[in-house]
Amino acid sequence: MATPIFLSSALRRFALVLCLGALATPALAQDEGSGPIEGDVVGGIANPTSIAIPDMPTPRGVDTPAGNTADLGRQVAQVVEADLRNSGFFNPVARQLLRRVDMPQVTSPDYQSWNQVGAQNLVQGYVQAGTNGRLTVGCYLYDVFAQAPLERAGYEVDYADWRRAAHRCADMVYARLTGEGAYFDSRIVYVAESGPKDNRTRRIAVMDTDGANHRFLTNGQSIVLTPRYAPDGRTITYMSYQNDEPRVYLYDLQTGRQRTIVDSRYMTFAARYSPDSRHIVFSMAANGNTDIYRVAVSGGQAERLTNSPGIDTGGSFSPDGRSIVFESDRSGSQQLYIMNADGSNQRRISFGGGGYATPEWSPRGNLIAFTQTGSFNVGVMRPDGSGRRILTNGWQDESPSWAPNGRVIHFFRSPRGEGLPSLWSVDVTGRMIRRLPTPVGASDPSWSPLLD
Amino acid sequence: MTKISKTAILLAAGSLLALGACSRSAPDELPPPPVGSNDYDTGPTGPVPGSRADFIAQAGTDTIYFDTNMHDVDADDRAVLDAQAAWLIANPSVRVTIEGHCDERGTREYNLALGERRANAAANYLAQRGVASSRMTVISYGKERPVALGSDQASWAQNRRAVTVVPM
Repeated sequence: MATPIFLSSALRRFALVLCLGALATPALAQDEGSGPIEGDVVGGIANPTSIAIPDMPTPRGVDTPAGNTADLGRQVAQVVEADLRNSGFFNPVARQLLRRVDMPQVTSPDYQSWNQVGAQNLVQGYVQAGTNGRLTVGCYLYDVFAQAPLERAGYEVDYADWRRAAHRCADMVYARLTGEGAYFDSRIVYVAESGPKDNRTRRIAVMDTDGANHRFLTNGQSIVLTPRYAPDGRTITYMSYQNDEPRVYLYDLQTGRQRTIVDSRYMTFAARYSPDSRHIVFSMAANGNTDIYRVAVSGGQAERLTNSPGIDTGGSFSPDGRSIVFESDRSGSQQLYIMNADGSNQRRISFGGGGYATPEWSPRGNLIAFTQTGSFNVGVMRPDGSGRRILTNGWQDESPSWAPNGRVIHFFRSPRGEGLPSLWSVDVTGRMIRRLPTPVGASDPSWSPLLD
Repeated sequence: MTKISKTAILLAAGSLLALGACSRSAPDELPPPPVGSNDYDTGPTGPVPGSRADFIAQAGTDTIYFDTNMHDVDADDRAVLDAQAAWLIANPSVRVTIEGHCDERGTREYNLALGERRANAAANYLAQRGVASSRMTVISYGKERPVALGSDQASWAQNRRAVTVVPM
């Protein structure tokens, strides 16, 4: 019994991976003129997996600060469903076709009936109020065809964090069925933009990957730009025009305290963390020349890494921390270069196809995302400059940021004319592209690590 | 007039402009001699001497314009900056901020650096004409503060600029 089940699920997974491999074709066209596509998957894989995610029962309906556990069971299922649908890999069974599940069925599914509604996979679970003031969510993944459990997990969270339990459940399902790393239980920091084009209000904002738990970190009095999440999730860095002195700040998410990363009489900008969150690479413009520097997050003297007469900016560490990719116009146009983390061995990696800017090294290390200047689209290339692919096709797309799994990229898209920019995500295949819902205009997304 | 004529030139050279970094401004020529006196008579109803309105009235404009991706100060710009320098020399107590700006067709971070280049190019020229560097502060706004809101060559030409800001 065990062997055939293993084979069945292994084969299915193999088939899905094969399917992804065949998708390495260029960009799906996006028609900016067709109007906003709020939160919908525009592209998608040819045969997304059909999956049923029924409401999760509770052993006892208990009122909690986040609502009754019976209601939470329904909401958790909906969050899981939205995450999986938005990934582009899954086609959730319509909710009106879903049967009610009671507690005993959570661990003993009625495979026959799930088969009848066309579900290939099934996610069941339960929500239970604990005696310790916390919420427990059980999450079970089944293979309906093979009639076998695939994986299960339990999450205990504070009531206020019930959505995180749902995201972690979705992450478990996504990782198990796609073979990719998890990414739903993470956050995004970005620049919220509102007001007319010649008088924009910009605020740093953070939200969950699905747009929930949105909050503003700055009040909009100063221009703020290019926030980045620390890989350890504790701080963000961003640039602010506070006191008419554009400088990079370090903001502690726990305490709300902030300080500049270096004392400088010149503009500092374009900051990014090292993978261990202990250093920040940034740019400083002095007397018409911009170079890249590195400074410890704990403080101290900045170390200068480049000294070309051109504009060197946009530094981004490799995941092993040994290299930095950056952009420079030293050749006459913006191109990508890689150097060792101490600034030595600088070499150009991008050739042909126009200019390249805003590189960000994938957390997997295998790809570098960039903005192609001129055409203003987002693409990826390997660290040796080969395998260049353009993934988007907007009027003006820029500033790619990787998801923790190195599979999905966020970027921002500006419309032609006076409209507000918006956040979008695109899969590395270029097939799955969707707009992220934000309360106001949005730019400069930066993905947090997976939360602990 | 300088602004309009320059915009027209840029429009006429549209295809050349698209080459961005390849385009060049007018060939260098000797700047006009500095203006050594300040014999302006604005009359009893004119702007308050030393004010921003006075600066704009006397210097003609507070703004110079740049070609795509460029930061060099060309002949048109020098004429404007010479007039600005004359006013600044005649009003030695005034401190100014030189803002550098870019059009939207550049990435955000690069444009911050490019705007800083432009502001410095203007400030360096003013310094050459005798304005003390200690009186000038440069700041780049990149593409974050456009004055023309369109997404077209004419708007972009107006946004690629350095502005000498005299306090109100």
